[in-house]
Amino acid sequence: MRRRLLATIAFSAIAAVTALSGPLSGAAQAADPIKVGAIVSATGPASFLGDPEKKVLELYADRINKAGGVDGRAVRLTIYDDGGAADKAASFTKRLIESDGVDVIVGGTTTAATMAAVPLVERAGVPFISLAGAVVIVEPVRKWVFKTPHTDRMAAEKVMEDMKTRGFTKLALLSEDSGFGKSGREQTLAVAKERGIELVADETYGAKDTDVTPQLTKIRNNAAAQAVLVFGLGQGPAVVTKNYRQLGIALPLYQSHGVASKEYIRLAGGAAEGVRLPAAGLVVAAQLPDGDPQKKVVTEFTKVYEDSFNSEVSTFAGHAYDGLMIALDAVKRAGGTDKAKLRDAIEQTTGHVGTGGTVTMTAKDHMGLTLDAFHMVEVRQGDWSLVK
Amino acid sequence: MFAELLQYLLSGLTIGAIYALAGLGFSIIYNASHVINFAQGEFIMIGGMASATLTASGVPLPLAILIGCGGAMLVGVLVAKFAVERARDASTVTLIIITIGASIFLRGVAELVWGKDFKRLDAFSGETPIQFLGASMQPQSLWVVGTAGVLIVAIGLFFAKTLTGKAILATSHNRLAAQLVGIDVKRVVLASFALSAALGAVGGAVVAPITFSYTEMGIMLGLKGFTAAVLGGLGHGPGAVAGGLIVGVAEALGAGYISSAYKDAVAFVIILAVLLFMPNGLFGKRGTERV
Repeated sequence: MRRRLLATIAFSAIAAVTALSGPLSGAAQAADPIKVGAIVSATGPASFLGDPEKKVLELYADRINKAGGVDGRAVRLTIYDDGGAADKAASFTKRLIESDGVDVIVGGTTTAATMAAVPLVERAGVPFISLAGAVVIVEPVRKWVFKTPHTDRMAAEKVMEDMKTRGFTKLALLSEDSGFGKSGREQTLAVAKERGIELVADETYGAKDTDVTPQLTKIRNNAAAQAVLVFGLGQGPAVVTKNYRQLGIALPLYQSHGVASKEYIRLAGGAAEGVRLPAAGLVVAAQLPDGDPQKKVVTEFTKVYEDSFNSEVSTFAGHAYDGLMIALDAVKRAGGTDKAKLRDAIEQTTGHVGTGGTVTMTAKDHMGLTLDAFHMVEVRQGDWSLVK
Repeated sequence: MFAELLQYLLSGLTIGAIYALAGLGFSIIYNASHVINFAQGEFIMIGGMASATLTASGVPLPLAILIGCGGAMLVGVLVAKFAVERARDASTVTLIIITIGASIFLRGVAELVWGKDFKRLDAFSGETPIQFLGASMQPQSLWVVGTAGVLIVAIGLFFAKTLTGKAILATSHNRLAAQLVGIDVKRVVLASFALSAALGAVGGAVVAPITFSYTEMGIMLGLKGFTAAVLGGLGHGPGAVAGGLIVGVAEALGAGYISSAYKDAVAFVIILAVLLFMPNGLFGKRGTERV
């Protein structure tokens, strides 16, 4: 008897609370929220990528909700931090799909985390927009998997394009032993063959190495090399840059888009002067010509980001922003969150201007960026400068 | 040819000097308490992080290093008092696990205090490379090698000339006998932790301009220091120094002449070979276990 009475009281209390909370939370609650899941590496070795991503997702979900949501529906964001571990990324993906019942997933900061999530989203049929770089994510094309950042292959192509215009045909490669570096190395080897560039040195360094002078000495003593390309992330490329100047190597130094954040210039200091790399328009927002379609998006994003977090905008934050915007834009066009329709709408994204470039996806291309989305930049006086 | 070899040697000696300092830290603590302290790398990290962040906020470099050093000593004493001392009678393996736990804990706290970013510390005397017979080195390398050299000599004098130093040596030879002649063994253990923390912290500060500092920088340096200590013969100070230099040079030569892909493996191959073929290290005492 007593137990039943307690249960009744509990039930009515819950009912009262739910009834009360409804009108309080505003118009955006009129319909079901759009459930966006995210897995990022906000901590761990890839935190310099994942931390800005997480902050941006939260910031924009909040801003969109304050502005009335998407088609009157609020965005409800569920973010998990995989700490840079692929196995955690997989279990969080499972949780997003099974217990959180999300409509779309943004994330997978690293290629490893993304690839761990891929089989799960494919099986469950949930649209997934990755924030990681390697080309393997979208080649071969998978039904439910998309990505926003430029690929390592594009970086290699852009660098070699620039080399050709400067009249260099012999490249020395120094790549990191991380997932990003290894994939970058493979792509560089493949692209070099296609573009008629000869690889005269193929060295590697450890992601946590504190001294790369032995490898660079080998490259310095290689008479054939005309330019050097470094493929890595984080502090490794900064150590390489310092050692490069220490050894007084006179060849032009290229880096990949993996260092396209102010962090790199800050760490490498004066040694970074003259280094060239392919980067998104975001890092040179103010220098883009006025006619550039990206100009408005990237200057606005930069302003919002820097005002909100009081720190330099990062291209990685831009990838997350693009992912979220592509997903929400697709929700609008699909007229709801039916997963199959949402997937089709993402695939039909056309002329969407993001921070990474203008995105036009097709059934064969789940990234939708062309080489034009990359700008060749050079470090001059401690800042990025657009190479004309 | 020669310039190339010289370049590898210089690179190896610079990084080897740091391994030597870390290895010396292992030896000092091992001598006093027979604990293999895997938190040694964290002392290096504390020195590097403290000096980088303090100078960034305007503190003069020498003062920043001093504060970092003091902080590391305090942490060292706390680890000795609250983690190691309490488990005095535990087995060696348990003690090792305790120090590994302490190192993970310290890394976590450091991440809370300093964040996850890499910190930059300017080189002490500019970055214009010094040319030397066709090889070139950063002025900071001289600082690293010089500081390591001075500290190593200072530690040698400390053990030979001071009462505390002799007390630590006595404790390492025979704990019970040392206690009987009135040496406060507990304080000796604390002093040894403080000393090796200070060593590590200074090492971290001088190496920071070369390697950058971040909260995980201690892991690899600690492991290489351990290799150095084992190679030289655990508890043998000069042996640890020689061990560090050998590991550093072997790495640089391996990266230069064989393949850079196996650079870190060099240290672990060395440690395996030493443990298999000369378990007492290059200079260690022959194992005369008396019953």
